[in-house]
Amino acid sequence: MSEKPAEQQTVSRSSFFLVEFFRESLAISEVEVKKLLRDPTELFTRAVQPVLWLVIFGQVFSRVRGIPTGHVSYLAFLTPGILAQSVLFSAIFYGIAVIWERDLGIIHKLMVSPAHRTSLVLGKAVSSGFRGLVQVVIIYVLALVMGISLRWEPWAIGGVLVSVMLGSAIFSTFSLVIACIVKTRERFMGIGQILTMPLFFASNAIYPLELMPPWLRWFARFNPLTYLVDALRSLMIQGGHSVHSFGFDIVVMVSVFIVFLLAARRLYPTLIH
Amino acid sequence: MSTDDAGMSKPGEKKAPSGYSSAIETHELSRKFGDFTAVDSINLHITPGRIFGLIGPNGAGKTTTIKMLTTLLVPTSGSAKIAGFDVRSSSKEVRKRIGYVPQMLSADGGLTANENLMLSAKLYGMKRSDRKTRVEEALNFMNLRESSNKLVKTYSGGMIRRLELAQAMLHMPAVLFLDEPTIGLDPVARRVVWERLTALKEEYGMTILITTHDMEEADRLCDEIALMHRGKITISGSPADLKTSVGTDVNLDDVFVHYSGGIIEEGGNYRDVRKTRRTANRLA
Repeated sequence: MSEKPAEQQTVSRSSFFLVEFFRESLAISEVEVKKLLRDPTELFTRAVQPVLWLVIFGQVFSRVRGIPTGHVSYLAFLTPGILAQSVLFSAIFYGIAVIWERDLGIIHKLMVSPAHRTSLVLGKAVSSGFRGLVQVVIIYVLALVMGISLRWEPWAIGGVLVSVMLGSAIFSTFSLVIACIVKTRERFMGIGQILTMPLFFASNAIYPLELMPPWLRWFARFNPLTYLVDALRSLMIQGGHSVHSFGFDIVVMVSVFIVFLLAARRLYPTLIH
Repeated sequence: MSTDDAGMSKPGEKKAPSGYSSAIETHELSRKFGDFTAVDSINLHITPGRIFGLIGPNGAGKTTTIKMLTTLLVPTSGSAKIAGFDVRSSSKEVRKRIGYVPQMLSADGGLTANENLMLSAKLYGMKRSDRKTRVEEALNFMNLRESSNKLVKTYSGGMIRRLELAQAMLHMPAVLFLDEPTIGLDPVARRVVWERLTALKEEYGMTILITTHDMEEADRLCDEIALMHRGKITISGSPADLKTSVGTDVNLDDVFVHYSGGIIEEGGNYRDVRKTRRTANRLA
């Protein structure tokens, strides 16, 4: 080792807050992605549910013809909803991994480092976003096989990727908040099951909002999944229609993400108490 | 405060960090959980460059004390300074100057040793040009170079502990906190960890605080110990002085019984015991 004191020699806390902040987030997301690529079992098992929804539920409800879907088939209408659903289902249980990390002492060590707590949470959210991208590939392949007309313009695909990453970040950070509150895997499993279905059914994922009774429509307007589905509907499908503009959906999702990020940043340290 | 004042050692020199008289200093430090007082008005003054042992049974308050000193838990009352910085008002400065090995196995099993260390290097803001060198030096110091590209989940318990020490020393902290560092290790692995800890003190002048309920470990490793019982420090001093104070031909178990009125295996609630056993099982 060299002769200079350690802090001068190797520790360069950057004077640029943002550089330091994003370097820390990137470090966290990088290791999460590495672990996921080493053991991708979870990604494949997560693919089973969307297959069932599209192939079974989608095909059966296509015959009903009772759901107004505009100029597109029900299967095409359903496809963005199922992508959003698989993003939700894979992200909402992210908190269990965090509780597991707490039990292993990994969180303790992260908390003792001088890294910003918000950057640690953001790193987790970014890695969850990567998981969401894998869901995009799965749903696109499935949609192709089922003969659904997808949009292939680069900006539309870019919009899908951004929306999915953001949606995944929202639900994984929400999951982290829940994990910090309930603190045990057993409690989390119960809460996770309670949360997922209402979030899914009280959204526009499998039917338009207009079909809902007013009270449920009111609830759906506060559901971030609604805005993810809305953004995906026109970006993914040929002839698909979104209620809001892409910009509006993104602004809503970014705002929700910031709220969850701040809440998670505040609660994350309490996970180890 | 200058860098030297901050307590960063000069690697390679056998010299304790200077600039403050206490590496760890607490004044009436307490922590309550509801009505239960886990740590009750403890006063510590730990000289830089020493190995200090906090000894006591499960549930004595050792881990809670370490959590307060490492800024993981806010004290209910009292104060604590690490390398001259207050744990409450300067928590970030404290975190830059400490290394921590929790009781649980905290190295990430899904990553290699290299990746675990690189993550620490990035989170501690090390310069890109220095990361690789520092990681290699830490791996060499802990004799892990040969297996640095293997996944940690394939490591033995002793190797994982050495990797955690490598992670904790990577940024050359002024103070190293180790919570039950040898729990669950076999006798050979335990001795290797002791030998590396002694080398850290002697070669880099680090101050090391360990918690343990293993009296042999305390006797062999520590320059000074404090016996902790039901949240209070009952007595402190060098192992030799404490034994002399009780009588001739006594060990630290006798010292503990003499000053606390109980045996070291007593104490601890279901949660403490479960945590200890979980760590031991993972190491086995």
